[in-house]
Amino acid sequence: METTITLEVQRYLPEKDTEPYFQEYKVPLRKKWVVLDALNYIKDNIDGTLSYRWSCRMGVCGSCGMMVNDKPVLTCATFLEECLPGPIRVAPLSYFDVIRDLVVNTDGFMDKLKRVKPWLITDQVKPVPEGEYRQTPEQKAEYDQYSMCINCMLCYAACPVAGLEPEFVGPAAIALAQRYNYDSRDEGRKQRNEELLGEGGIYSCTLVGECSEVCPKAVDPAGAIQRYKVSGAAEWWKSVVVPWGDT
Amino acid sequence: MARYGPNEHDVLIVGGGGAGLRAAIAVAETNPELSIAVVSKVYPMRSHTVSAEGGSAAVIKDNDSFDDHAYDTISGGDWLCDQDAVEAFVKEAPKELLQLEHWGCPWSREEDGSIAVRSFGGMTNKRTWFAADKTGFHLLHTMFQTTMKYDPIQRYDEYYVTRLLVDNGRCQGVVAIELATGKIEAIAARSVIMCTGGCGRIFPFTTNGNIKTGDGMAFAYREGVPLKDMEFVQYHPTGLPFTGILITEAARAEGGHLLNKDGYRYLQDYDLGEPKPEPIHRSMELGPRDRLSQAFEKEEEKGRTIEGPYGSYIHLDIQHLGEEIIDRKLPFVRELCLKYENIDPVKEMIPVRPVVHYMMGGIDTDIHGATKLDGLYAAGETACVSINGANRLGSNSLTELLVFGARAGQAAAEFASEQKPFSSALEALATDESRRIEKGFFSENGSNPESIASIRQEMYQAMEKGVGIYRSEDSLERSQEKIQELQERLMNVSIEDHSYTFNTELVAALELSNMLDISEAIIQSALQRTESRGSHQRVNYPDRDDEHFLAHSMAYKSEVGPPKIEYQPVTITRWPPGERVYGH
Repeated sequence: METTITLEVQRYLPEKDTEPYFQEYKVPLRKKWVVLDALNYIKDNIDGTLSYRWSCRMGVCGSCGMMVNDKPVLTCATFLEECLPGPIRVAPLSYFDVIRDLVVNTDGFMDKLKRVKPWLITDQVKPVPEGEYRQTPEQKAEYDQYSMCINCMLCYAACPVAGLEPEFVGPAAIALAQRYNYDSRDEGRKQRNEELLGEGGIYSCTLVGECSEVCPKAVDPAGAIQRYKVSGAAEWWKSVVVPWGDT
Repeated sequence: MARYGPNEHDVLIVGGGGAGLRAAIAVAETNPELSIAVVSKVYPMRSHTVSAEGGSAAVIKDNDSFDDHAYDTISGGDWLCDQDAVEAFVKEAPKELLQLEHWGCPWSREEDGSIAVRSFGGMTNKRTWFAADKTGFHLLHTMFQTTMKYDPIQRYDEYYVTRLLVDNGRCQGVVAIELATGKIEAIAARSVIMCTGGCGRIFPFTTNGNIKTGDGMAFAYREGVPLKDMEFVQYHPTGLPFTGILITEAARAEGGHLLNKDGYRYLQDYDLGEPKPEPIHRSMELGPRDRLSQAFEKEEEKGRTIEGPYGSYIHLDIQHLGEEIIDRKLPFVRELCLKYENIDPVKEMIPVRPVVHYMMGGIDTDIHGATKLDGLYAAGETACVSINGANRLGSNSLTELLVFGARAGQAAAEFASEQKPFSSALEALATDESRRIEKGFFSENGSNPESIASIRQEMYQAMEKGVGIYRSEDSLERSQEKIQELQERLMNVSIEDHSYTFNTELVAALELSNMLDISEAIIQSALQRTESRGSHQRVNYPDRDDEHFLAHSMAYKSEVGPPKIEYQPVTITRWPPGERVYGH
């Protein structure tokens, strides 16, 4: 007999259920299996009605984030053996509205990404035939870390502020703003400041730091926010002292 | 310009990966007046472009030339590439990668701040641009973020397309299910571009994500558009056993070695050159992927691979590169090995085996991305132009989706600008489709309902046995019979999930029917090509046969039974068919 492990999976079907509930499934406990493999086993062999998102199974598409034993994780990168002896509780990402089962509504998150103007902003458009912008490895290292975000939203499921304040632009979006702010090719910081130094911007963050704890790609959004606060204060002062100056 | 209803656009793009997003921007820049829809079954940044690792090829350094890139591509493709398409491709490649740089792509750099390039399999020179070993990830996110600044681009995220709307011989949109609500609706468009990626998921062991089910190929095929060169399936030589996770060719380009169970660099026994400590272009570990995967099979036959619980494997050794280079140039390789194999490539060897990676074939298009159906275009892995011929070179595919995504976008924009009126039949077609889905999957189909998982499992077995690295007539015929049987059995599928809210079981059933249709095209194309060329190796026909098969296979869907295969000549411009020589 193959050893098994129990998963308690949160279910919710809006047409039928008034409240979410947990359903138990027994799955084989296999050495190389991640939590996502167990969900796929359930879907293929036990219950075809279970809904969740996934694709790459190598930790880069960012689809399969869920709460596993109350912690936000990528289920494709969390091994069953890390969760012994079980049962393993699998629930949708905290603070998000649930569409069904383990599928959350990400529309708000997508809007927040757009709010920070995550594209290269330059005063003048450089024609392509002029070749590349020069950027040394040191200049690239300034923003490299912030460019690694896979939009998995684990940081939003860990951030109590994002949970309470829907307007808060949140960790990943601020890290994304910094990814462009610190890119030597970019001149858009001032435009992003309008969004990020105002309401729902960086000052909503209360430095809990959970975002960086749960980040699967070591982006360190908490560090990005801290860095913004330091530079943001300086820029605010500069704008007060020399309001006509170029910040 | 005309006024738009909520579900009416000028250009509609199916798929939000690299090709789809590049096409969307091209449309917006060709004619800013046009309304653009990007319809994708996942949020664009989940698209499988995100998993591409090693890099993107384009001539940029002074010691390199377009002719060298073209020759490498054509010889790598065993002369099945259309050379006019390859010439356009290599010329436009640098512009596209520079454009991406201007959009902010974090390309890896030389000390002086210029673009860095690395070696890659089958290439004569260093010409592969890279963003460490997460090139596809950076490329996709850069483009996705850039699309946000274009107001005419409207996204339909998590809409699953189920068919094309074709009337009066013209493609005029799609029918799609909004996953969150289950609403099935027509989205009309004056031109449609398919950018839905490949179909690696018809095989059990693949680097491809769960979403790569060849949807766009199946939709075009059902409307009478031929699928071209479908028998050419790329096995990447280095995937992790069990998971099939890709270990990038860049690991070998940086100097990694492939070793058999005796620690011997066995590629020297397969006409791929002499082992040298440093990597040599077009030699040994930098040979083309088809030849390396075939060498693995031969080595396995000789009993010189290592037996493991998930099939036999060999070793990829990068320890001698040292921690600094590995962390700087191959950080994702290290991360993936640590996470999924619990080994550190800085001090251990990586177990690898060949794994299904890429489809050279796809929807037949011309050099502008146009298909034989008016109003329908295709680009990226889902299309076959063909620049990849019988075997794609590593790092040509990211460039391809940019060059031909842009070309298809421009052509589709021009077609849409003619503002041809929509047929009145579109709504009725959508209603029929809605009824088909409801009846086909939500009703009880007899006393012995089939499960999607069991049909999918049997499809995997049939494809792995029939269309592996080496193919025999007998195994192909048996696989063909099996696929036909599965297509009939799929008619009896009754899904458990009858909800309209995010019904992933319904999507899986529709995807499975797409995969079965594509499987029949792959098998029949492979059966009729009685020669060996590139990635297509027939055991009883070991040689290339230019007299009969210097031609593209064109698979046309039949009402019943396997598709009809026709042949279309290959375009040769300046490089007459020759011998593929590596290692000399």
